[in-house]
Amino acid sequence: MKKMFSVILGGVVLAAVLGGCGGKAGAGKAGSAGEVYVYNWGEYIDEEVISMFEEETGIKVVYDMFETNEDMYPVIEAGGRTYDVVCPSDYMIQKMVENNMLAELNFDNIPNVSQIDPEYMERSRSFDPENKFSVPYCWGTVGILYNTDMVAPEDVPTRWSDLWDEKFSGEILMQDSVRDAFMVALKSLGYSMNSVDNAELEEARDLLIRQKPLVQAYVIDQVRDKMIGGEAAIGVIYSGEMLYIQEEVEAQGLDYELEYVIPEEGTNVWIDSWVIPSNAKNKENAEAWINFMCRPDIAKMNFEYITYPTPNKGAFDLLDEDLRNNKAVFPDIESLDNCEVFQYLGDQVDSVYNNLWKEVKSN
Amino acid sequence: MSKKLLSGPYLIWMAGFTVIPLILILYYGLTDRSGAFTMANVVSIATAEHAKALWLSMGLSLVSTVICLVLAYPLAMILRKRNVGKGSFVVFIFILPMWMNFLLRTLAWQTLLERNGVINGILTALRLPTQSLINTPGAIILGMVYNFLPFMVLPIYNVLCKIDDNTIYAAQDLGADFWQTLFRIWFPLSLPGVISGITMVFVPALTTFVISNLLGGSKILLIGNVIEQEFTRGSNWHLGSGLSLVLMVFILASMALIAKYDKNGEGTAF
Amino acid sequence: MKKTKNTLKRILEDFYLVLIMVFLYAPIATLMVLSFSNSKSRTQWGGFTLRWYGEMFESATIMTALQNTLVIAFASALIATVIGTAAAIAINSMKPLSRSIIMGITNIPMLNADIVTGISLMLAFIAFGISLGFKTILIAHITFNIPYVILSVMPKLKQTSKSVYEAAMDLGASPLYAFFRVVFPDILPGVLSGFLLAFTMSLDDFIITHFTKGAGINTLSTLIYSEVRRGIKPSMYALSTIIFAAVLTLLIITNFAPQKKFEK
Repeated sequence: MKKMFSVILGGVVLAAVLGGCGGKAGAGKAGSAGEVYVYNWGEYIDEEVISMFEEETGIKVVYDMFETNEDMYPVIEAGGRTYDVVCPSDYMIQKMVENNMLAELNFDNIPNVSQIDPEYMERSRSFDPENKFSVPYCWGTVGILYNTDMVAPEDVPTRWSDLWDEKFSGEILMQDSVRDAFMVALKSLGYSMNSVDNAELEEARDLLIRQKPLVQAYVIDQVRDKMIGGEAAIGVIYSGEMLYIQEEVEAQGLDYELEYVIPEEGTNVWIDSWVIPSNAKNKENAEAWINFMCRPDIAKMNFEYITYPTPNKGAFDLLDEDLRNNKAVFPDIESLDNCEVFQYLGDQVDSVYNNLWKEVKSN
Repeated sequence: MSKKLLSGPYLIWMAGFTVIPLILILYYGLTDRSGAFTMANVVSIATAEHAKALWLSMGLSLVSTVICLVLAYPLAMILRKRNVGKGSFVVFIFILPMWMNFLLRTLAWQTLLERNGVINGILTALRLPTQSLINTPGAIILGMVYNFLPFMVLPIYNVLCKIDDNTIYAAQDLGADFWQTLFRIWFPLSLPGVISGITMVFVPALTTFVISNLLGGSKILLIGNVIEQEFTRGSNWHLGSGLSLVLMVFILASMALIAKYDKNGEGTAF
Repeated sequence: MKKTKNTLKRILEDFYLVLIMVFLYAPIATLMVLSFSNSKSRTQWGGFTLRWYGEMFESATIMTALQNTLVIAFASALIATVIGTAAAIAINSMKPLSRSIIMGITNIPMLNADIVTGISLMLAFIAFGISLGFKTILIAHITFNIPYVILSVMPKLKQTSKSVYEAAMDLGASPLYAFFRVVFPDILPGVLSGFLLAFTMSLDDFIITHFTKGAGINTLSTLIYSEVRRGIKPSMYALSTIIFAAVLTLLIITNFAPQKKFEK
C-alpha cells in the first residue's frame, strides 16, 4: 500500500508538471493590457484566434463555454461568475435586454461592425430593436437532414409534417430543446413559432406527443454524428453542421449522401451575437474582442473551423466560389421568406412552454 | 489528543458545507419566487409528469439495484475464495474503470449499443439479426448497472472476507448443504455489506440524468432529468429544490436502514 | 466424482469472472481502440494513427484541464484525508448518540444526489460571498471526499485494539507518541485507501464541479461534458487512454512487484 501511494504521488506530480509544460503557456500569464472573460458556445471558435487576439492586443483571454442558452442565462443572472462578453442567441438576447442585463455597446470601439452584412443587422432588430446591444457572430437556419440511401426518392421530406410520416418510424431524430421542438410542431400546423396562444400551444404539444413513438431519440448536436453514422434516416439539424457533414461523408468514404432541406412551411432563422453583460468588469477589452471577431480574416478563420455560416460580408467575399454558392450553408435570401426569428416570450409563457415540453417528454 | 482539536476542523467544515447548503435547499424548496412560504414546490411531486418521472426512476433504479445484487453476490463469493490476502488488488480492479471518465464510459456504451455499433457489428458478422438496443429502458438499466456495479461488489466483498472459513466448515460439518449455508450463514452475516451496497446503488441511480439522456435517447423523463432541467433551463430553483427535498426522503430512509443494519460500519466499501 | 464436480465448478466460476471483466472493460477497450482510429466516426475504424495524441498535447485547453483535474484531485484528497482521519479518531471515542448524529450527517454528501450537492454548494458560496473559482471547486471536492475517508478509516480504528494504545502509554509513552507509533500504523491501510478513493471520486466528478467552478476553469470532466453535445474530439479518447494506461501500469507494478506485507 505504501509503495502504491508513493508511486501514485510520483505519477501525479509528473503528470502535473507535464500538463503545465505541454500546451502553449496560456495559463498564468498576466496580460499587459488586462483581461477579458469570454463565455461562448462549445466548439464555437478557432482556438488559434484566441492566441492571435492575445498576441495582438496584449489582453489575456479567459475562455469559458456553455451548452445551451438556458444553461448560460442563470449563470449570468446569478452573478457568481462575471463575464465580459457573451454569445447568446436571438431570443435570449431579447430576454437579457428586457431584464436590463446588457450594456449598450460603444461602437466607436467596434469599427469593424461595418463588415457585418446589413441584412443581418436588419434581422437582428427583431430582438435588438436599435442594434444597441449586439453584434452578429454566426447565423443559420434549421432544417431537415436526410440520408439519401435510407430515404426513397419519392419520400424525400419537403415539409415539417413529413416528420410525422409513419414510414420513418424509429428513424427520426428531433432536437432536445423546447423552442426548437415546438417550432417544428407549430410551423407544421401553420402557426407562428412565437405563438403565445394556449390553444395553439396545446395543439402543438399533442402533435409532439403523437410523434413520440416514431422518434428514435431527442438529441442536440449528436444529430450530426448519428446521421453520419447511418443511425437514423431523417433528423432536424442546424444548417451550420452541413459543411462539416459534407466533409466527413467524403472523408469516411460513405456511399450515401446527407442532404439538407428547408421545409416549405418555413423555418427558424437564428442569429448568435456578441453582447456585453452590464456587470462586465472589462467592457473596453470586451469591445476590442468583438471588434477583433468582426475582422474579415478572423471571421473567415472562425468560419472554416466552426463551419457555421458567417454574417460577415468581408469574410464571405474572401471565400472560394464553391463555398459561396453552397446553398446548404448560404441559402438564398428569397427562400427564407416565411422564416422567423425566435423571440423572447416572457417568463410566464416560457413556463407554459416548459411545462408542455415536460408533458411531451413524460408521455 | 484532545477530541475537540481532532474533530474541530471536520465539524466546522460539515456545518459550513454540508448543513448550511442543505438549509439553503430547504429554504428554496419552501419558498416561491417572491420569497413567500409555500408548500407548492414540494407538493408538485404529485403532478402527473413529476409523479410519473418519480415512479419511472424508482422502477428503473430498483431493477438496476436488484441486477447489481444478483451479479455482485456470486462475484464477491468467488473473489473471496480466490483472493484471500490480495484484497487490495480486487478493489483496484473494480475502481480502475472509474478512472476513465464517467461520461466517456457511458458514451462508449453508445458506440457498443448503436444500430451500427460494435455489438451489432459482431452480430452481423456472425450472421445473426441485429438488435435495437439503444434508446430503450433496457439501455438505461444497462448503463446504471455498469456504472454502479463496483459500489455493490466492494461492500459485499469486504464483508464476506470477514467471514471466517471455520464458520462455514462448522456449518457443513453439522450437515448443512449449500443452500442452507447460503441462507443461514452467508446472508445474515453479510447483511451490513448488502445494505450498504443497496443504498450506494439505489440512491444515485434514482437521481441520475446523464444516463437517460445518452442511452435512453432523452425519451424517458426521469426525476433526475426534471430536477436538472428546473435548475438549469427552467431557472426555477424553487421547484427544483422542492423536488430535491422529496428525494431526501429516500436518503433519510437509507440512512435509517444503515443505522439499523450496519451499526458498526462493517459494510463499507473499502 | 467430487474432483470433477469441483473442476466444473471452478470452470463455471472462471467463466463468470471473465464475463464480468468483459462487461466492465468493454467500453474502456472501445475507447482505447477509438483513440487510435484515424476517423472522427465513433463506429467506423479509420486506419491507425497517433494524431489524436499529438493534438491532445498541443491543446492548451486540454492540458490545463488535465493539470487542474490532477491538482484538485490530489489536494482535495490530501486535505480530506487529514481532516477525515482526525475526525474518525475523534468520532470513534464519542458517546453513541453524538456518534450516530455525526455519522448520519457524514453520510449525506455520499447519498445525496450529485446535482443537489452541487447546487446547494453553489448557493452556499453565493450566500457566503465567495466568488466561484478554483478554490470553490477545491472546497466542494473536499466536502464530498471527507465522508469516504471517514468511512475507510473507521473500520480499521475499530479493529485496532484500544488496549495496545493504553499499554503503550502505561509503558511511558506520551499520548502523541503512542498514537503515531502504535495506532497510526494499524489504521494506515484505511487511511491510504481512503485517500485513494477520495482521489478517484474527485477525478471522476463533474456535476458538482460544473456548478461550483468559476469562469475559465475546467477540469477534464467539465471539458468533456461541454463537448458531449457537439461531438467529442477524439483527442479526449487519447487522453483517457493515457490516464488509464498510467494507472494500470501503477497497479501492475505495485501488485506484482515483490513485497512483504502481512496486512489483511
